[in-house]
Amino acid sequence: MSRLGTITRRSFLVGSAAIAGGVAFGTYLYKRELDNPLLDGLAPGAAAITPYVKVDASGVTLITPRADVGQGAYSIQAHMIAEELDVDLAEVTITPGPPSPVYYNGVVSAEGMPIAATSETFLARTGRGAADVAGKLLGLQLTGGSSTVPDMYDRLRTAGAVARETLIATAMAQTGLPRDQLKTEAGAVVLPDGARLAYQDLAAAAAEIDPVTNVILRDPSDWKHLGKPQMRTDVLAKSTGTQTYGIDMVMEGMVYATTRTNPAQGGKIQGFDAGRAEKMRGVKAVLPITGGVAVVADNTWRAFQAVQAVDCDWGPSPYTGDTADQFEAVAAAFTDDTQDSQFRDDGDVTAALAEGEVLSVEYRIPYLAHAPLEPMSVLVKLTKARVDVWTATQIPRFMQANVARLTGVDAENVHIHVLMAGGSFGRRLEDDYVMRAVEVAQQMPGTPVKMVWSREEDFTHDFPRPLAMARAQGKVAEGKLAAFDLAIAAPSVMESQLKRVHQPVFGPDVAIVAGAWDQPFAIPDYRVTGHRVPAMVPVSSWRSVGASGNAFLHESFMDEMCHAAGADPLAERLRLCTHDPSRKVLEAVGEMSDWGADLGPGRGRGLAFCLSFGVPVAEVVEVSQTDAGLRIDKVFVAAEVGLVLDPVNFEAQLSGGVIWGLGHAMNCELTYKDGVPQQDNYHLYSGLRLYQTPKIELRGLESGGKLRGAGEPGVPPAAPALANAIFSATGQRIRDLPLSNSVDFA
Amino acid sequence: MQITVNGKVHEVDVEDDMPLLWVLRDELGITGPKYGCGIAQCGACTVHIDGMAVRSCQLRAGDVDGDVTTIEGLGTPEALHVVQAAWVKHQVAQCGYCQSGQIMQAASFLDLNPDPTDDQIDAAMSGNLCRCGTYPRIRAAVHDAAAQLRGA
Repeated sequence: MSRLGTITRRSFLVGSAAIAGGVAFGTYLYKRELDNPLLDGLAPGAAAITPYVKVDASGVTLITPRADVGQGAYSIQAHMIAEELDVDLAEVTITPGPPSPVYYNGVVSAEGMPIAATSETFLARTGRGAADVAGKLLGLQLTGGSSTVPDMYDRLRTAGAVARETLIATAMAQTGLPRDQLKTEAGAVVLPDGARLAYQDLAAAAAEIDPVTNVILRDPSDWKHLGKPQMRTDVLAKSTGTQTYGIDMVMEGMVYATTRTNPAQGGKIQGFDAGRAEKMRGVKAVLPITGGVAVVADNTWRAFQAVQAVDCDWGPSPYTGDTADQFEAVAAAFTDDTQDSQFRDDGDVTAALAEGEVLSVEYRIPYLAHAPLEPMSVLVKLTKARVDVWTATQIPRFMQANVARLTGVDAENVHIHVLMAGGSFGRRLEDDYVMRAVEVAQQMPGTPVKMVWSREEDFTHDFPRPLAMARAQGKVAEGKLAAFDLAIAAPSVMESQLKRVHQPVFGPDVAIVAGAWDQPFAIPDYRVTGHRVPAMVPVSSWRSVGASGNAFLHESFMDEMCHAAGADPLAERLRLCTHDPSRKVLEAVGEMSDWGADLGPGRGRGLAFCLSFGVPVAEVVEVSQTDAGLRIDKVFVAAEVGLVLDPVNFEAQLSGGVIWGLGHAMNCELTYKDGVPQQDNYHLYSGLRLYQTPKIELRGLESGGKLRGAGEPGVPPAAPALANAIFSATGQRIRDLPLSNSVDFA
Repeated sequence: MQITVNGKVHEVDVEDDMPLLWVLRDELGITGPKYGCGIAQCGACTVHIDGMAVRSCQLRAGDVDGDVTTIEGLGTPEALHVVQAAWVKHQVAQCGYCQSGQIMQAASFLDLNPDPTDDQIDAAMSGNLCRCGTYPRIRAAVHDAAAQLRGA
């Protein structure tokens, strides 16, 4: 018990340290206005009315600082500003802007705190407030945790309104007309006679007055964009091959580079012979970099060919090298010493499990790669006093600091130019590949270096979602769940990831149990314990982070327990549910899927639920047995996000999340031999293909509660819903992912 | 060697075994076709040779025996091809990186089969990988483009 006491106290300290430190220190610092980075070097006649809106003679520029990794972040941010500013989005420039503390994320830190999304206690609310304080003080400019919509919703609408009212005030001064005779429309202030003063023509005068900051945001009933189907601002470029990604950057005098580093992540290079490579056509240089070599050539393919021709003497893997041993390390971590958290401990689980029939099972989930389709690519130009980096990233300020640390160039002279990402799924929360390219650029100062990784280099040097195991024990009584004890052991993502961006690591890692400890069910004896496996290969955040795998552990066991009790999995969850929005998504998915209706022989359906990132999501998967194997016929999804700001992209994000969750559950794993990932291209790590894609029926519930993001929460329930459906159709209970190790899919 | 891309003849000095993808991207600066895997597993590099979809990462420059069309030659933002217009209407793209290849694959397929069944679409489009999971909208956009092409 003393161990538990320590953990509980420590977990509270995470929250309260931030609260005490933030508020005491922050009454001055937190309330201070952060500098507007757009004012630096602003041309005469241009107005940077807020950090999010710039107007000059050439037009209006909207700053959308959250990275677009495919989730439509630029578009929704631009629509938030436009809702108040009254601009035609086809006529404005949309750019992520420079790294700046003003673009801090005030929401995402709360994900690292042991606060259940369902909790509205004083401590929970104070903790969330502390996340905002910490984000601001740290200048945490980060995209992730499905935080863009909740974090930017008020800020960007306010920025749009401030800019609009400032432009109107400028027009009032020029025309002598009162406020109530002026309106705004499509990038202009409109006078009573219909004459239009374009924003860009007001820019020079607007720059001379103080921004009008006492604004009232429009009532949602007056919205023109938000809450209605929107046309994503990037769709035309992405349908015509005209979107520029990092891999597409070109610059006068540029060279093409690629790297080959020890295929065992973190391993060293003990020596290399570049003799053969140097003689190959187009090769300009073979250069040493951390852990390997880089080839600089006049064409990417020539660099790819030549780097394979370098004879490399690799050092051993510094980490536990084989997957069997990695799982052994996980299995060994279910001890008191490695206990990391026990955020849920209802009733008396130990006593409940001490007698009677106990169901006792074990689950395993594998390492998973991000493998966005655009391999890591970056363009770097380095001179003695300045570094420019063009790439897609979710962490521009951490990257800026890391480049400054590596080169010795002041951070203010490190310019990160953020580009559209060809996918990320969390991969671009890491900046390792940029450091390798900078090492190349340091050896040829003044020459722009574009570095592109081969798919194989990308797979073998990913920072995967960690593997995990769960040991579950439970008891049923009178047809109901009575005791539910889930212990999860996994390496810590936060410990691994925060070290790489030189941030302090303290307290338990909520990710080890996220999506399991914080579920809205009132089982009489209910315990979720996290165990931290000592670090092995470096790991990172992967779409929906801890919940991505923990939902499989929690919801598979929930299904097993319901079957053991002879209870209906939907009815039992509804009976146990303590959270009204969660109950509603369960009811919705039951109704959508006609839960309980007979599906006929060889077919089955499975249900899973997960509350992650504040979003309750319930999914029902239907499968059939066919001669060619199991086929996924249909998926029903209900989710509650408070308010759907764009129904078109909402559907895209949720269905994309379902497909991501299903595909990886079916056939993806990263296994290691001697520290080297054995899956190095898509033939060994395919995910879902179009022919396997089920029909997906979605329903977004809008309680009008807190606004939430939809990019991640669709992922967690997909894997357990599929496994539960397979059990329903075949009677086979699969407790290890990927499922293709146990069954064939059509 | 000479190579015709989007109606324009180019003289390029490359090895016979350089894949067409890298001739297009790094020698000619045509970046619509994307590199995703290099082993014909993702389809992001798909272009047309005389109207037929091919994986440009697998076609040696020396073996190019017809006119090459890339996404840039299929249509432009100002003058969209029917398939591109369907992609815009259905807002298929998320990250968008695979979509050049998806669109080129669909355009070639619909040219051969303007009235496809679901199974035929599945068979034709399953070599193109989308990590974001845009498949439901790809299906819808292919059907829509087919209807447009049939004049429905």
